[in-house]
Amino acid sequence: MGSRASTLLREEEIEEIKKETGFSHSQITRLYSRFTSLDKGENGTLSREDFQRIPELAINPLGDRIINAFFPEGEDQVNFRGFMRTLAHFRPIEDNEKNKNSSASEPLNSRTNKLLFAFRLYDLDRDDKISRDELLQVLRMMVGVNISDEQLGSIADRTIQEADTNGDNSISFNEFIKVLEKVDVEQKMSIRFLH
Amino acid sequence: MLLLLLTAGTGTGAGTGAGTGTGAPPLRGPALRSSPPVPASPSASPPLLLLPKPRAEYGAPGVASARSAAEEPAGGGGEEAGEQHHHHGGGFRVVQWEWSYVQTPYIIAIWLLVASVAKILFHFSQRFTTVVPESCMLILLGLVLGGIVLIANKKQLYQLEPALFFLFLLPTIVGDAGYFMPARLFFDNLGAILMYAVVGTLWNAFCTGFSLYAAKLVGVIDERVHADLLDFLLFGALVSAVDPVAVLAVFEEVHVNDTLFIIVFGESLVNDAVTVVLYKVYISFVEVGAENVQTVDYFKGVASFLIVSIGGTLVGLVFAVLLGFITRFTKKVRIIEPLFVFLLVYLAYLTAELFSLSAILSMTFCGIGANKYVEANISQKSRTTVKYTMKTLASIAETIIFIFLGISAVDKTKWAWDTGLVSCTLIFIFIFRAMGVIGQTWVLNRFRLVPLDKIDQVVMSYGGLRGAVAFALVVLLDGEQVRAKDYFVATTIVVVFFTVMFQGLTIKPLVKWLKVPRSTSRKPTINEEIHERAFDHILTAVEDIAGLQGYHHWRDKWEQFDKNYLSKLLLRKSVYRKSELWEAYQKINIRDAISVIDQGGNVLTSARLSLPSMTSRASFPEVTNVTNYLRENGSGVCLDLQVIDNVPGAKVEEDMETHHVLAENLYKPRRRYQSAYSRHFMPLGEKERQDREVFQRNMKSRMETFKSTRHKRHKKERSLKKRRGSDSKEDGNEKPRRNVSWQDKDPVVVPVESEEEKGEHSDPEKEKEEDEGITFVARKAETPKIRPKSVPAALEGCHSPPAAPYSPTSEDSHLPWKGGVGSPPPCVSVEATKIIPVDLQQAWNQSISSLESISSPPAPAEPVHPRVSALSRLGGPRPASYTPPGSLAGSTSSVGAQVAQGSFCFPEKKEEEEEEEEEEEEGALQEMRPLMSSLRPPGAMPPPPQPPPGSAPGSGKRRNPCVYLRSFVTAPPPPPPPPPPPPPGDSRSRGPTQL
Repeated sequence: MGSRASTLLREEEIEEIKKETGFSHSQITRLYSRFTSLDKGENGTLSREDFQRIPELAINPLGDRIINAFFPEGEDQVNFRGFMRTLAHFRPIEDNEKNKNSSASEPLNSRTNKLLFAFRLYDLDRDDKISRDELLQVLRMMVGVNISDEQLGSIADRTIQEADTNGDNSISFNEFIKVLEKVDVEQKMSIRFLH
Repeated sequence: MLLLLLTAGTGTGAGTGAGTGTGAPPLRGPALRSSPPVPASPSASPPLLLLPKPRAEYGAPGVASARSAAEEPAGGGGEEAGEQHHHHGGGFRVVQWEWSYVQTPYIIAIWLLVASVAKILFHFSQRFTTVVPESCMLILLGLVLGGIVLIANKKQLYQLEPALFFLFLLPTIVGDAGYFMPARLFFDNLGAILMYAVVGTLWNAFCTGFSLYAAKLVGVIDERVHADLLDFLLFGALVSAVDPVAVLAVFEEVHVNDTLFIIVFGESLVNDAVTVVLYKVYISFVEVGAENVQTVDYFKGVASFLIVSIGGTLVGLVFAVLLGFITRFTKKVRIIEPLFVFLLVYLAYLTAELFSLSAILSMTFCGIGANKYVEANISQKSRTTVKYTMKTLASIAETIIFIFLGISAVDKTKWAWDTGLVSCTLIFIFIFRAMGVIGQTWVLNRFRLVPLDKIDQVVMSYGGLRGAVAFALVVLLDGEQVRAKDYFVATTIVVVFFTVMFQGLTIKPLVKWLKVPRSTSRKPTINEEIHERAFDHILTAVEDIAGLQGYHHWRDKWEQFDKNYLSKLLLRKSVYRKSELWEAYQKINIRDAISVIDQGGNVLTSARLSLPSMTSRASFPEVTNVTNYLRENGSGVCLDLQVIDNVPGAKVEEDMETHHVLAENLYKPRRRYQSAYSRHFMPLGEKERQDREVFQRNMKSRMETFKSTRHKRHKKERSLKKRRGSDSKEDGNEKPRRNVSWQDKDPVVVPVESEEEKGEHSDPEKEKEEDEGITFVARKAETPKIRPKSVPAALEGCHSPPAAPYSPTSEDSHLPWKGGVGSPPPCVSVEATKIIPVDLQQAWNQSISSLESISSPPAPAEPVHPRVSALSRLGGPRPASYTPPGSLAGSTSSVGAQVAQGSFCFPEKKEEEEEEEEEEEEGALQEMRPLMSSLRPPGAMPPPPQPPPGSAPGSGKRRNPCVYLRSFVTAPPPPPPPPPPPPPGDSRSRGPTQL
């Protein structure tokens, strides 16, 4: 599988992905083999169904939201570049020299981008605000059925109230950043990709 | 604890018996069991440090028999009688000197007293204790005490006895550490911990051992030290392990960041397995002789390590499951819940010790494993008990350990000084610790998400403290087989003292100098709770997508398993159905509430000054009651919180929320705990209070039955249910337990109020959750929701009006106290009943707004306002005074009112769920039932006249201030005017006692 992956992936493409995402060569080829194994249609793109076939994702309460996060708005296919771009959010932040190659724009795995990824999971309608309803939906997914609507509602209200500084009854991205400023997002939104 | 005496005895025996008093069996387990006979032998001279004179009087036999009397309480009487005869020659004496009878517990108690008083003294000077760690002071004190003993007795009677240490002192500390171990943090760093604990300890042990041997060969270490390679390896093994007691004592004062702490501390706990195995293996090697050791023995050693560590862990986990399972069924015997926790955790330790497995590992994992389930199962009070008892025991055990370390050091007979050995050991353990840490960190950082930087490594190297475990192990050595034992003992003592005192003293400045990130005691906010959970899910999903079977993957798998099987098995049904997030939410709410109460308490105290004038204006007697009541409550709140749990620096911006919280959650614990805790605060006795409460409740419910007969049964059930529900609620609340007294301010009125409210809107509202009572009220008051974020607003679900764009300024403008701070709003004079609430409200808000000015957001002041407008709306004729200048707000409030009306018609679908809950919480009901039944003779009292529900604006008006206040001030005001008020003396008599 690995050999097949590397043959299908052109060297310059790897370079570009490397530049964009900061993944290492071996990580890219490894993830490409994963990509192709997920790609049942073998057309170089993943559809939502391809993701939904992952068994663990089916039981993940936020699974659907995360799958959605892989797809650019309005599309239902994602190619390897897009796949890697999304995964790159979760690359741990390494020592500064690594990030220099994309000095022009912020690297995908910056704190802000990590937070933005999480924020987008809540923000279904992409209005850059987490409304109460949007928050409620996510909460409902996470807590399951053990909790009443009222309880959930009070949690949501409290959450919004705590974060909301401008009084619009929703959480903007800036408010989201602010409310999580004491959290070690760099660590808590990173996973270790095998080298 | 009896062993403390044995300690003395053994010390004496050791002193006389050429250093072999402890018997020194090779293994720790057997040693513990075999040592008691030694001191019990009659030949041991009595260890009477504290009272040297009686010793001469009584002689050895008396002590021996006293000991046996103490050891076998059953036969104590006979023994004592015989002794009396023996010593006093018969005849009846009016006063008898019973020293030998009380000796053991007496000495123990005196020791504990000395240790505790020493602790108090150390903390007299704040500046001093911030510089010098307590452990240093305790060791110094021990040295002094040891010197006194030595001078008085010419030989050392006391020492840190291994049996005492391993069987009693160490488990209390480890149990505390394990039970309160932050599990998530521990497992997040498990890889690093295991690495340092296993590889690091092995590295330290071998390197120290071999280097010392090399030093011996080179000649640095004196010839008198008769030790070969195996002896040095043995010594290296026992002296190289980082000690949990020392690490805890020192690091708890340093407050390094959590990750660093958990790595060092986790290492010190987990390395026990390595130490035990190395120690055992070397001892057996020493016994058979180095030349007879075969290759297979090395493999046996490795196998032994696996068995000791894994076995110990498994024993701990088995006991954890057992503990969780048992606490599932303690609903009706809440009082012994803490005992189960202590017993099973301790049994985990002893059982592991019994099979010579790693007892520390066993206990640690028992604590970690059981904590989640036990905490969820046992009652709030039990949780507090467990926490405080564990902390107390651990603290005193730590104190004793350090004092005895000091005392043990002052014992010439055990010392054999060799400068070469001591200095070499010190240098080697320090160097190898540093090398080991750096090497391992280098490896670990290749795998760690967050690498450990240089500063971390320095602190970890420097934090490799040795302590009492090493000392106890070295004392356990057999002087016959390890001929250099005395040298080793001396060296170990020096090493322990050096690490604990010198490094312990300097680590704080070092940490400061290196600017190591400190830990913050900040509690997570609800946002952090939610979003971090989301992060976990996201990471798990991403790992799954990326095809990695990483940490999050397995953690998720574990959580699934836990949720599907373990929690089902180990958690009560009622607890199992609760959501963790909800629990977290509750905790946060309560925390905030407490902080607000703290502030509110102060506000009320200041408000008190203005109150008398108001009361003079008041025409109704109830009003006077209200004022008194509130005043007392206010000051009571203030006092108690300051005494018990002052939460300084609370977030002012959450005040608004916390008002709600008060309304929504807090009345429960208030009712729940009042009887239990009032013991401490109310010398008048809880009986009286309970009676009063029951009486008042009774009256209320009767009134309400009068009001709306058709809902009579329904409501009664509900009030019962609520009380039951309060029991279940308690599980979620962490803090209230401690802030007891404000909870029992007035347990009576609140439920009544809510019931009355229900009576008023006689729709069959649904009894949503246990803590519904006030929420309902608050919701009602809340309904004109200009403030969109209110918690109760959430309860209305989709009814909530569309997020009205609200501007802070308009908000402010219709806050009466905002309009003209200092001058009472016009409405004050409209009706006498309203005077107090408004007044208080103003005082409150003045302080709030003053606080508010510190933290800019306009939010804090809001909570009051919607309610006020609600009041005005309900008050009918009155609203003009409250109508905000902004006409927009006025219209919103009326819209909100309509919405609110709609939202009150809750379906009754939840009733059945309630029933189930009820069964679960029957225990609580049992507490209540006798009182209720005894004081509720059906129809005995004519219900007081009460306006028909919902029809009289007057009643609503009069009640409203109370509603408002209740949700506003911590303590609810006394019952509303219509019912016969509680005897004025009641509330008054309550106040002073609380004060």
